[in-house]
Parts: sequence; C-alpha cells; structure tokens
Amino acid sequence: MSGEVATSVVEPAGVTPGLPGVVGDFGSDKQAFVVPWGKAMMWIFLLSDTFIFSCFLTGYMHVRMSTTVPWPNPSEVFALTIFGNHIPLVLIAIMTFVLITSSGTMAMAVNFGYRRNRGKTTALMLMTAGFGAVFVGMQAFEWTKLILDEGVRPWANPMGAAQFGSCFFMITGFHGLHVSAGVIYLVIVALKVWRGDYEKKGYEIVEITGLYWHFVDLVWVFIFAFFYLW
Amino acid sequence: MSGTEGQQHPLAIYFWIWGLLFVLSGFSYAVDYFQLHGLLRWGLILLFMFLKAGFIVAIFMHMNWERLALKLAILVPPLALLILIGLMAVEGDYTFLTRSETFTKPPPVAHPTHARE
Repeated sequence: MSGEVATSVVEPAGVTPGLPGVVGDFGSDKQAFVVPWGKAMMWIFLLSDTFIFSCFLTGYMHVRMSTTVPWPNPSEVFALTIFGNHIPLVLIAIMTFVLITSSGTMAMAVNFGYRRNRGKTTALMLMTAGFGAVFVGMQAFEWTKLILDEGVRPWANPMGAAQFGSCFFMITGFHGLHVSAGVIYLVIVALKVWRGDYEKKGYEIVEITGLYWHFVDLVWVFIFAFFYLW
Repeated sequence: MSGTEGQQHPLAIYFWIWGLLFVLSGFSYAVDYFQLHGLLRWGLILLFMFLKAGFIVAIFMHMNWERLALKLAILVPPLALLILIGLMAVEGDYTFLTRSETFTKPPPVAHPTHARE
C-alpha cells in the first residue's frame, strides 16, 4: 500500500485492510445480542443442533408412518425383569431420571459459578459429568442387550418393522455421542474452574457449558416421548 | 439481568423446577406403565413433553430472563420444522397407502386355472 494509483480498494481511515479487516467489518460495533459472545454462539449452535435432531425424529416419524409391517412395541422391547418382576421400560425411566438429576446439578453449578465459589462449582460440574457417564454406561448396556439378546440390527429385527433398528441406533447413538462429548467438555471446564482460569474473565463459561448440557437433556425429553413412549 | 453480572437467581427456583421435572417424568412413565391408549395417551405424552421442554428452556437455560432479541432469534426458526413435519406426515401417509395397495395384497392372478374372482 504505497498509494500511487487508486486502482485498489479505497480504505476508509481507521480500519484494517485484508483478512483481519473482514473480521473487523463483521464484528465491529454491531453486536446484536447483549450477552457474552460465547453464549450467543452456543445458542446458535444449539439451534442448528435442534434442526439436526428434528430431522432425525421427522425421518423416524416418516418411516414409522409409511411401513406396512407392525412396529415393535417399545414398552415390551425395553422391558427388564428385575428380581422376577417384569417391568416395562424401566431402564429408560432410570436413564431419564439420571439425566434430569444431572441437569439439576448443572443448574446449581452455574449458580455457584456466578457466586465465585470455585470448590462447589467444580464439584457440581464433576457430579454432572459423572451422571452423564452413568447415562452413557446404561445406554451401552441397553445397546448390548438389544444387539446380542434381542437380535436387533439396523436392517432387521425379529419383532417387526426393519426400520425400528435403524431409527433406534441412529437417534440414540447421536444423542449418546452428544452426552459423551458433554462429559468431556464438562470435565475440561470443571478442571479449569478449579485451577482458577476464569477468575479474571468471569464465570459465563459455566453457564455456556450448562446450556449445552441442558440441551442434551432437552433432546432426551423428545426422544423419550416420541421413540420410547409413542 | 444478562450481561456482565450474568444470570443469578435464587436457588429455590432451581429446586422447584428440578422437582417438577421429576414429577412430570414420573407422569410420562406412568402413561406407559398403566398402558393408557388412544387419544388420552398421545395427549398426555405431548403435554408432559412440552411442559418439561418448556421448563428446561425457560428456567434451566435462562431463556425466561434473556432479552427479546435473543428469544426470537432462537425460538422462532424452529417453527419452520412444523412445515417439514406436516409435509413428511402427508408423504408418509401416501407411501403407506401405496405400499398397502401394491405390496401387501396377494398377486392378482397366480395361475390361469386358479384365477380368483
């Protein structure tokens, strides 16, 4: 930019040219949401994730409506016999309660984060991660039982419509992946809270992590209703 | 409320919502446990589902205390999904009818001597 001929782009005073300028132009003084940027971005990510899960569930609705073969009864497929009692859907109910419990501990962690109580925030976040790990463990048990004992495959199963397996493995698998990622995310942020990394920046990060975790719980509410109860 | 000081609310509200989510999940499970059927079943499942989802988003995710711009930006776009769901329901119904018509009836003429009426 030695400035001989005006063939190049005329740069107004006080702005950066080139690639850093792009960032500046899109970001400068044009904040739409009066929240920390990380929180706005997490919400937008969750919005896109909403569309992904909704597409899965809509796809499931479509194949279930269009098949002429009877759909396996989830209440029976996911029943367990505990101490001689045959209880329908019991594992799924326990998984639901585990996830809700973890949502509660997460909400507490956010609260103690803003009170700058590092010890309690870390402990509650690790508890949340623990409940998440328990949830994934139970899901692994459920998958194992379904694959080995019941013979469910993504392309066929002995109980009825073949699409049952593909929907089940895709939807719960994708959700389980979210839970697993959330556990890792929670542990990382919890350890950073413990180390005192956010003393200067503030504890919005705990709330942002919490948003992700509550969203995972939220998706489970819909999966529970549409896949297991319907 | 949002901004620099963050979302701080009394702990009591979280405990209330926490308890409520447990109760609502219990109700959802009861719908299956008592083997309710028909319109009652679908209605109750959807009611408890939307109540739970609403409480999680409004209280646990603090949407209730956010500014309107953020609320609208996040909550309005998913309404487009209703169109997708509607279209796929119509399409699923049509596919079901076509399959019933074409694949599940016995072939019209199996053998000339055993021709069905």
